[in-house]
Amino acid sequence: MNAREKLNEAAKERVLIFDGAFGTQIQNRKLTEEDYAGDLGLKADQKGNNDILALTRPDVIEDITRSYLDSGSDVISTNTFSANRISQADYAAEDQVEAINIASGRIARGLADEYESKDGRPRFVAGAIGPTNKTLSLSPDVEDPGYREIDFDELTAVYYEQAAALIEGGCDFILIETVFDTLNAKAGIMAVKQLEAALGRDIPVMISMTLTDLSGRNLSGHTVEAFWYAVRHANPVTIGLNCSFGADQLRPHVQSLSGIADTLLMAYPNAGLPNELGEYDEMPETTAALVRQWAENGQANILGGCCGSSPAHIQAIADAVKDLPPRTVPSPEPAMRLSGLEAFVVAA
Amino acid sequence: MNQQSSSARFINIGERTNVTGSARFKKLILADDYTTAIEVARQQVENGAQVIDVNMDEGLLDAVHAMTTFLKLIAAEPDIARVPVMIDSSKFEVIEAGLKCVSGKPIVNSISMKEGEEPFLEQARKCMAYGAAVVVMAFDEVGQADTKDRKVEICKRAYDLLVAEGFPAEDIIFDPNIFAVATGIEEHNRYGLDFLEAVREIKQQCPHAKTSGGLSNLSFSFRGNETVRRAMHSVFLYHAIPAGLDMAIVNAGQLDVYDQIDPELREACEDVILMRRDDATERLIDLAESYKGKSVADEKAAEEWRGWDVRKRLEHALVKGIDAHIVDDTEEMRSATADKGGRPIEVIEGPLMDGMNVVGDLFGSGKMFLPQVVKSARVMKKAVAHLIPFIEAEKDLLPEAERKSKGKVIMATVKGDVHDIGKNIVGVVLQCNGYDVIDLGVMVPWPKILEAANENDADMIGLSGLITPSLDEMVTVAEEMQRSEMTMPLLIGGATTSKVHTALKIDPNYEGPVIHVLDASRAVGVASKLLSDTQRDEFVGDTAGEYEKVRQARAGKTPSVLLSLQDARANYYDAYLSDKPAPPLQPGVHTFDDWDLADLRAYIDWTPFFRAWELHGNYPAILTDEVVGETASQLFDDANAMLDKIIEEKWLTARGVAGFWPCARDGDDVTIHQEFIRKGGREEHVVLPFLRQQVKKSRDRANMCLADFIDPDGDWIGGFAVGIHGIEPHIARFQADKDDYSDILLKALADRFAEAFAERLHQHTRTDLWGYAPGEQLTNEALIKEEYRGIRPAPGYPACPDHSLKPILFELLEAEKNVGLTLTESFAMWPTAAVSGFYFGHPEAQYFGVARIGSDQLEDYAKRRGVDVATAERWLRPNLD
Repeated sequence: MNAREKLNEAAKERVLIFDGAFGTQIQNRKLTEEDYAGDLGLKADQKGNNDILALTRPDVIEDITRSYLDSGSDVISTNTFSANRISQADYAAEDQVEAINIASGRIARGLADEYESKDGRPRFVAGAIGPTNKTLSLSPDVEDPGYREIDFDELTAVYYEQAAALIEGGCDFILIETVFDTLNAKAGIMAVKQLEAALGRDIPVMISMTLTDLSGRNLSGHTVEAFWYAVRHANPVTIGLNCSFGADQLRPHVQSLSGIADTLLMAYPNAGLPNELGEYDEMPETTAALVRQWAENGQANILGGCCGSSPAHIQAIADAVKDLPPRTVPSPEPAMRLSGLEAFVVAA
Repeated sequence: MNQQSSSARFINIGERTNVTGSARFKKLILADDYTTAIEVARQQVENGAQVIDVNMDEGLLDAVHAMTTFLKLIAAEPDIARVPVMIDSSKFEVIEAGLKCVSGKPIVNSISMKEGEEPFLEQARKCMAYGAAVVVMAFDEVGQADTKDRKVEICKRAYDLLVAEGFPAEDIIFDPNIFAVATGIEEHNRYGLDFLEAVREIKQQCPHAKTSGGLSNLSFSFRGNETVRRAMHSVFLYHAIPAGLDMAIVNAGQLDVYDQIDPELREACEDVILMRRDDATERLIDLAESYKGKSVADEKAAEEWRGWDVRKRLEHALVKGIDAHIVDDTEEMRSATADKGGRPIEVIEGPLMDGMNVVGDLFGSGKMFLPQVVKSARVMKKAVAHLIPFIEAEKDLLPEAERKSKGKVIMATVKGDVHDIGKNIVGVVLQCNGYDVIDLGVMVPWPKILEAANENDADMIGLSGLITPSLDEMVTVAEEMQRSEMTMPLLIGGATTSKVHTALKIDPNYEGPVIHVLDASRAVGVASKLLSDTQRDEFVGDTAGEYEKVRQARAGKTPSVLLSLQDARANYYDAYLSDKPAPPLQPGVHTFDDWDLADLRAYIDWTPFFRAWELHGNYPAILTDEVVGETASQLFDDANAMLDKIIEEKWLTARGVAGFWPCARDGDDVTIHQEFIRKGGREEHVVLPFLRQQVKKSRDRANMCLADFIDPDGDWIGGFAVGIHGIEPHIARFQADKDDYSDILLKALADRFAEAFAERLHQHTRTDLWGYAPGEQLTNEALIKEEYRGIRPAPGYPACPDHSLKPILFELLEAEKNVGLTLTESFAMWPTAAVSGFYFGHPEAQYFGVARIGSDQLEDYAKRRGVDVATAERWLRPNLD
């Protein structure tokens, strides 16, 4: 059984648990520049380059991942949100991209296997790919709306490099997460398709959109439904939402996605909205109670946390949903489903 | 829920953004006029196109460049981008380039088996990888299918190949070729009917697949006769849709309603399309003659909004981001304004900013989203660009000193953050409004920000950030600005920033003005106020006051930031005590029974007087303010006329008392020595308990308490109370006359007299009574700005928030006896035109807010005051949670 089938099997049994945030966990450890920089001898300061810790303080990443596994995570992600050539350039660490992703994949793979062999419960590793800070759909120059900082092929190559290294590191899935620009996600999908062609095998993707405004759209302006139709060709093993607002505000959008997506639904919201001081102060029980509602409504297959969530949140979510049945994947009628910023369905 | 989606049985695909289908569009693209070309797309969508077809196949064009340019441009137009795109080209390289620019799920139009099966499948696989539906032309190695059988046969073959390849059947659209009918060539007569029958058959043989066609071909022989062409298209669709046609490329604005077509014409069209008569073609050609030259009902009629009032049109254009008419409309507004004697800048400050405010509000409430706002800014910029020459011309008429940019703004996304869209919008909006914007980009470390600000002699700094760690970085920037003793305003913006955070975390770290800018639409208002001679102080003061309120209100909600009383005391303000003032020249209590009102008149601070009347602006500039100037001047005249009477006819009496006592600091108490106090024949100590700030301070800032300004080894403190008496009979008289205006005017003036007296008495104290500043020479403006040594904090105000100190003060001053002032049970003074407070003479004495205190200080304070905790709690409520 390959990873896709194995995940689908496990997801039939119960609501699976994803992990939580790395960022805040790392922040709490108050690492110094020396911790970050290690002996890599890079030209720029590394403090804040969380992804590089896989090379310089792998113990920290292992420790955090372990804490999520201990809290009940079935699916763990690599700490590689910014481990791409574009984002690493800010730290003059482009040349470390491959190494970071391989190392991150290995850390997660090793732990997943360790926990799975302990209790026989399957564990999965999602190789996380962030959106980069470039956008394919929007011009950074308001006076020139046709301008783009990067093109599709360049971004595809950036994603390819990261995805290939993550797979080499042992990841089961490529998680294209926090998608604020739908076209960026499509470049990510293209990269994985190219990688599949190169490796000659299926590489399941997980896709997770993030909403950036109150009307329920991402930054490139797509509604949840429009987004799903735009990426459905990836045949993703999961589709979902992460980051965005807290679970409370995300509820209607999870509901709408749940009704149309013929694949597993994974949602991992922030631990509430940041307060005015930029801190996430939603209690684990609160987050858990909110996401539990989705499970109660049969709208969730995999639940976890994003910004501000901690192992305590994951534990609370795992406890809250452990007796609830998982979402049944719907089988919508075949129809041509197109999208601009909004969905457009051609009736059968 | 705000989830928009739509579905339809039959789909209109807009054809006007097709260089092969629209001569006008071709001309625009060839002329590189993409701005107007985009309007064509917008009209298509407004007219009901559910998908827009984009085709750039023209020999003179670099089709890849034109296709990608146009697709990227419409991606920035939410009104257009909301619908799916059909990427239309006969060259697959053009299609693939287009696929790399489209974010939704588009349709590719088209691929075919013209070059054989393998190239066909290769292209289909690519379409799958990009996630697109695809139009397959009924075209094979032999050629284009013309008969029904060929059409069906080719489509079925293509269908089987695609499905075997894993292509989703529901994403396949067959185009079985619509050819021109009524050409006079007999073989062409069947084309309409063949198409209809082929569609029916294909839909049966190819489950879930769709069918489409390009409609304009059908009526090709009637070029130039729009009426007939429209009728033919409508009639054709009327029959094709029931046959199973799912979509057609049509000019969505040029379809007639079947029932509303002239019956004679309709029947003639039907005869042709359905091949119902042998002479059908001749009959339609004859009939067509009579429709020639008839203009189609108001084809180019102005859209409804074009008929609106110009202000409304400007707002509409800004909100919708339509720049097609913005220059004309702006010019219309400008000349109308000029006719009324107005200035071009008023067009910006008035209707254009009003429009941007609507944009801001819609964005804030989630009814607009980011790309639209960016677009609105662009329209704004065009409008402003039109006005700039007029504004410049006006400037040439101005004296040299007034000819300058409105101000220079440094903008940066702080270190650690890369989000700059919001910052860019603010930058554009500011530039639109005549500010020089120096944009430092993203990830900007604080030294660069400070350096740029200093080098460019900037008027203000704007910081932006979207992610939460940026908030801390903004605090760092503020701290560093403070450290380098900068004074320019600091603007804070970005999604995670908030008024509360700004008030709590940033503002306290920087003594210059710190302003949280809620969104881009407010940026200009904020910047113009900060750079205005007349509005700046008031705005800065109001904002600081607002933030102080926020701090007080919020302090309780962040218990973690409170120090223990012990720690707060350890962090007391370490005043340089050798600088303490000398003992007063005239210690003891001094009573003034009737201070000369004519003398006080010169000390009146008029700005609060106008504010009391809800006229905002600083005196004296307010008198010439464009908006409220006239009203303010009238009020000012009336006030002075009444002042003349008050003084001449001696309506009011200013009574005051000031006292000075030896004292010493004892912890947070100031203890007044007994020999000056006589109470019931006994001498006793009087203790003035003050409150200490407990909110944790950054860096080396002290947790202040008024007692910190007093020397434990012996010092002096003062107190005062003033009141304005005699108002009642006059008020009664005005009320009897139902003269509310005079009633309010007199009360406001009495208040001003009380304040003026407090100011005057403080001055008298400094120069004469206490006499620590005998040579002080200050103008009234300088007095108002408190540019003197020493402070006079009043009980109930931030540094000394406990109103219940008033009875102690009043007893010290024997205020009731000496000034005729009484206190209500909640410590309000009567008469109301009254001021009381303490005098601190130390040069480092300063105002501050006690803000939130902890329960440890509450208990301690209760003990010091000798009351139970519940009483103390009641007194200090605003400083507790």
